[in-house]
Formats: sequence, C-alpha cells, structure tokens
Amino acid sequence: MTSATREKKRRGGWFKEEFGTPERRLAYYMVLPAIIIIVAIAFFPIVYAVLLSITDSTITGFGSFVGAENYIELFANPDFWEGLKNTVIFTVASVALEFVIGLGVALAINRAFRGRGLVRAAVLVPWAFPTVISAVMWRLMLQDEIGIIDVVANAIGLVSQPILSDATLLLIACILVDVWKTMPFMALLLLAGLQTIPGEVYEAARVDGANVTQRFFRITLPLLKGTILVAVLFRTLDAYRVYDLFWVLSSEQLESLSTFVFKSVRISQLLFAQGNAAAVFIFVTAFLIALVFIKIFGMQTGTEE
Amino acid sequence: MASATTTKGATGRSPLNMVLFYVFLVLFVLVSIFPLLWVFRMSITTRAELLDSPTVTATAQPVGTNYATVFGNPDFIQALVNSVIVAGTTTVICLFFGSICAYSIARLRFRFKSPIMTLILAISFFPAVAIIAPLFIQFTAVGIINTYWAMIIPDVVFALPLTIWILVAFFRELPADLEEAAKVDGATTLQAFRKVIVPLAAPGVFTTAILTFIFAWNEFLFANTFIFDAAHYPVTVVIPNFATVYTTDYGSQAAGAVVVTIPLVILVLIFQRRIVSGLTAGAVKG
Repeated sequence: MTSATREKKRRGGWFKEEFGTPERRLAYYMVLPAIIIIVAIAFFPIVYAVLLSITDSTITGFGSFVGAENYIELFANPDFWEGLKNTVIFTVASVALEFVIGLGVALAINRAFRGRGLVRAAVLVPWAFPTVISAVMWRLMLQDEIGIIDVVANAIGLVSQPILSDATLLLIACILVDVWKTMPFMALLLLAGLQTIPGEVYEAARVDGANVTQRFFRITLPLLKGTILVAVLFRTLDAYRVYDLFWVLSSEQLESLSTFVFKSVRISQLLFAQGNAAAVFIFVTAFLIALVFIKIFGMQTGTEE
Repeated sequence: MASATTTKGATGRSPLNMVLFYVFLVLFVLVSIFPLLWVFRMSITTRAELLDSPTVTATAQPVGTNYATVFGNPDFIQALVNSVIVAGTTTVICLFFGSICAYSIARLRFRFKSPIMTLILAISFFPAVAIIAPLFIQFTAVGIINTYWAMIIPDVVFALPLTIWILVAFFRELPADLEEAAKVDGATTLQAFRKVIVPLAAPGVFTTAILTFIFAWNEFLFANTFIFDAAHYPVTVVIPNFATVYTTDYGSQAAGAVVVTIPLVILVLIFQRRIVSGLTAGAVKG
C-alpha cells in the first residue's frame, strides 16, 4: 500500500497527511454519508437494544435497570428454546444441502453448452422472488387434500398426515423451500469461482496422472476455498435470521429466533424486554459465527486487491 | 465471467454422457420453475376445479376470474403502488450515496479503506430483527412510524452494502486513463466522477439499480413491523394476508402471487447476464 511507504518517509503526522490534502479529504467526504447512514440506523440501534434488554422497558418507554433478569427469563422460556432449536436445524440442514447440491450443479454446468442462458435465467427465477411470495406459492402446493405436493406425497406414501399441520413436516418443508430458492444462487457463486481456476492447472495435473477424485480434492477444493467460505458464511447468517419463510409458510406457527423476537416486541408486547434480550442474543451469536469463519477457516475479508 | 474462458471438457464426451447431461439440465430447470408454472395454472382455474384435485386443476379450462378478483381489490392495487414507491425511492437513495461512496473506495487513495469496507460488509451479515424494537421506538418518536419512510430508511441501510460492493467492482473495471486525461484537461475529481465515470459506468449502475430494486421490493420484516394500516402495506405484506382475506379461494391467492412475481421474472429474463455478473462480482474476488 502506498500510504505505508509514504508514512515511512514522513514519520508521524499521518493524521495531518491523511486529512490535510484536499484529495484525501474529498475521499472521506464521499465515503462519509453512506457510513453515517449505516452507523446511525444499524449500529446505534444495537446499542439501544442492549440497553432495552437490561431494563424493564416497554414499547412506550424506558424502564429501570434490572440487570440480567430479562436474560434469565428468556433462557427459562421454552418458546425461545423451540425457536433456537428450529433455527439451528434449519440453518445447518439448508446450508449443508445448498452447498453440496450447489457445488454439484456448479461442477456439472462448468462447461460450454447450448442453452446456457436459459439455465442461468431459470436459476435466477426462484432467487428473484420475494421469500414471502415463494412461501405463499409453496403453501398453496402443500395445502391439505388439494395441493399438488400434499396429494402426490400422500399418494406415494411419503406422508400420512396433512403437511401444514405437522411441526416436523413444516420444518422439513421450510428447509426444502429454502434449498429450492437459494441453492441455484449458491451454484452460480461457486460456478463464478470455478471459472477463475485456469484450465492449465487441470491439464498439468492430468499429465502428472491425477485422477478425477484427486483433481477435485487437491485442486478444485483448495482453489475454491475463498469462494466457498464467502458463499457459505453469507448463506449461514442469512439462514440464521430466517423470518419470512417460517412466518408465512407455517402461518405464524413455526418458531424461529427471529419470529420469537418479532412476536415478543411487536405482537405480545408484555414480552418486549425479553424480546430485546433475544435480539441481542441473535446479534451476538451471529457475530460469533462470522468470527469463527474468519478466524478458524481463515476467510479473507481484505478488499484491497 | 460470462465469457467462460475455461470451458473444460466440451470435447471427447460420449453421446450418452451428453444425453444424461441434458436430462439433468432439463430436470434442474423444471424444478426451478415448476412452482411458478403450477401456481400460474392455479391462478387461471375456477374455485370448484381447484378444490377438486390437482388432475382436474391441470386440465381445467383457463379462466380470468381470479385476476378480476384481485385487481378488483383496492388494497391490492394500493399495495402495488406502495411497493413501487418504496422500492423506487430506496433504489434512488442507495444509488446516490452508494455511487459516491463506491467511487471513493474504488478510485481514491486513503488510509481507512479496508476497515470501511469491512464495516459495510458487516451490515449484510447483520440480523435485521435485532434492531426492530429500537427502530420502532425511534420511528415513533420522530413520527415516521406507519409511513413509507419507516420502510425506506431501513431498506436503504440494508441495501447499501449490496449497492456499494457491486459498484466498487464495476468502477474498478473502468480504465483509469480516462479520468487522468480529464484531470489533465483541468477537471476536478468530482467533475471527472460526474462527467466521465458515471456515464461510462451506466450499465453497471443500471445493473445495481435492478438488484437494489429487487431487494427492496422483496423486503418483508420491516414492512410487517413498522406499518399497521392497509393504506401503506407493500405487496409482501398484503399477499400473505390473502390467506385470511380469501380463505379457500386459492385461485385468487395464486393470482396475487403471480402478479407480484411477473415483473421480477421479466427483469430476470431480460437482464440475467448482467445480474449474474453483478452478483458474483463482489463475492468471488472479495
């Protein structure tokens, strides 16, 4: 980075250099509005949420300090654990399926073929739908007795009860709808990553006698690692905050962490402070998940080159 | 990425292999679009035939009554208008602040570029539900709860990272000589940005606009939290409510869902190449 070398020339005074030259100042002025919006509307409210979670506040006003009471009540609330359990199962299952199937699809279509544009468009169609609308569509297809999927699944003996009134089947349905909606997008990201791997690498490996499996584990996976981590982290945190899909597909029955927060702060406002404790819980755990990806898996967040 | 420089293995494949490949492709495409096709089929079927069985539904005479029902519903029309206003305003605001910010990051030199990009990226990972309570209180305090702004403001915040990341990728692809030439001719940095970069980046800006619009059009959590009267509901809130409005009139529910997705399907079909390059630009190199 040039600023580093220049800093060596002029010891100290980086502050003056950084903010003293008109060009540099302009750069900051141009970045500032977006940063202010983000900090004011996203980061400031998080601090606010923490404060709400340690007081007995209601939606109309600040309460007095109560310490960890809301958290203690939260962790004693079975609905919260139900939401956490569903969220974790949903996140792990849907992201794992999306990654495995998505990678398979990406490897399969990583070649020139007729109808490439058509496939790409078809892949994007589910992605572009609002999640709630796809939930409405699948709900119509899962409808007891008349929905095509419910009828077919009953006819071939896959299920024996109405899908929409069984909690386990609903969770499975949510996972499958999420895979349907997001797997193609994962495949596109991985495909874009695959196309940055030069063909010569594979040629060289083939000449050296590496078979398909070796080429996959020794070349494709290591070279694709960066793309995989970005895609999987992105999807994990997206699945972890699942709200729309659960809310609409299960008609507000199936609990996730986000629906728990929504119900607490927006519907049954008696749980307002507890809902804020759950909100802080989601924020902190999401942050930890991101940290794990970055520290343990060595994901690159650098954006310089 | 669209040019596919590393098209491996197109040669030397057996015919059987090719047949299997195309069977796989057809299946893949079918699974992707089947729900839309089936819900469309439902939307042009009468109530009696829908309640009969899927086989009857599949072969029924197409009718337009369900569309007449939803378009005769003033709340639905209002919701379409609301969604266009909210998504459109969000897109304009995001592009304005996003392009200025992205230009600075892509082209100008300054010290805290990396932490700033990380901060922006952090927002896309941010669980929005964590801040609905504080925002509810603040929006009530400033009197914008239950207005378009209660949706537009948080939409802008959560769409900005997408806008900025994609625009940075597009701006970096433009040749630097052009601005240099403009500056040699006496243009300031801002003039170079406005007169040289913005016109050149128009395709990229347009792609970003489409993606931002789709993002805001699809938003549900903020709308469902901060809006509580039908006059301001966007389509994402109104369509799920159809389940209680129309109860067993599944055809009308299907018609509503189809109407809302058709604009998106058209956008995707026309701009699929651009959308893919925009979406993968940030992720692959980032």
